[in-house]
Amino acid sequence: MVAWTDLERVTIKDIFSKIDYEVVGPAAISRCLIVYPWTQRYFAGFGNLYNAAAITSNPKVAAHGKVVMQGLEKAVKNMDNIKATFTELSTLHSEKLQVDPDNFMLLGDCLAIVVAAQLGKDFTPVVHAAFQKFLAVVVSSLRRQYY
Amino acid sequence: MSLSAKDKETVKAFWAKVSGRAGDIGSDAVARMLTVYPQTKTYFSHWKDLSPGSAPVRKHGGIVVASITDAVNKIDDLAGSLLTLSELHAFTLRVDPANFKILAQNILVVLATMFPVDFTPEVHMALDKFLGALARALSEKYR
Repeated sequence: MVAWTDLERVTIKDIFSKIDYEVVGPAAISRCLIVYPWTQRYFAGFGNLYNAAAITSNPKVAAHGKVVMQGLEKAVKNMDNIKATFTELSTLHSEKLQVDPDNFMLLGDCLAIVVAAQLGKDFTPVVHAAFQKFLAVVVSSLRRQYY
Repeated sequence: MSLSAKDKETVKAFWAKVSGRAGDIGSDAVARMLTVYPQTKTYFSHWKDLSPGSAPVRKHGGIVVASITDAVNKIDDLAGSLLTLSELHAFTLRVDPANFKILAQNILVVLATMFPVDFTPEVHMALDKFLGALARALSEKYR
C-alpha cells in the first residue's frame, strides 16, 4: 500500500483541479510522440503522424490524450487503491495493446513537462515531488499485470 | 541518436535565449533533483543545507549550468571538451551515470516552467538529445 502524506493528497488534487484536461492530455501525448518518436509504433492507426505539426493537429491523438486524462482522474479519485483501479487497464496494455512498459514513464515525463509549463512557478519542487510520486505509482500499477 | 545539424542549431538558439536566467535554471534544477529524487542527496552529505535556494544548492547549480553553457559552445566535440569533467565524475565523484538522466529531466522541467511558450516539443527533443549526448560524454572515462 502506498503511504500518502496529507500534503501529497492535497497537492495532487490541487494540481488536477488547476490543469485543463483538454489541453494537458493532448499536449502530453503529442509531445511524447514527437520527443520519443519510437512510441508512434503504438498509434499506427491514427493516420498522419509524419511531423510535429501533423501530430499536434491530429484529432485521434487529441482524443487519446483526453482518454489518458480520464484514466488519471480515476487514480486521483482512488489514491489509496491505484493498483486495483488499474488492474484491467494494465492487462489491456499488456495483452491487447502490447505496449513496452518502459514507455509508460516516457509519457509520464512528458506529462510532468506539460503540467510544469501550465503551472509555471506554482510547480515548485515540493509540488513536482508529489506529482512525480503519483506518476511512479500509476506507472507501477500499469506494469503490474505484465507477465 | 546523435545530434543532427538542426538539433545543434535548435539547442544553440534556445540556449542563447535562456542564458540570461542561467543561474536560476541551474539552482532550480539541482533543488528539484534533491527534492523529487531524494536518493541523489547521497552525493551531497558534505553540504550543510540541501534545501531549495540554499547557498550550496545555488552555487552548485551555477557550476552545473556554466558547464552546460560551455558544452553548448563546444557542441561539435562533446567527448573531447568534457574529458576532464568525465575523469572527475568517474574517479573522484563516482556518480552513478543513471543520475545524469535524472538531472537532465529536472533541467527540462525547469525550462518548461520558465519558458512555457519557447519550450516547444521540437526544442524539448533537441535538448533531450543534447543532454543525453552530454551524459554519454560525461560517462566516457568510467570504465
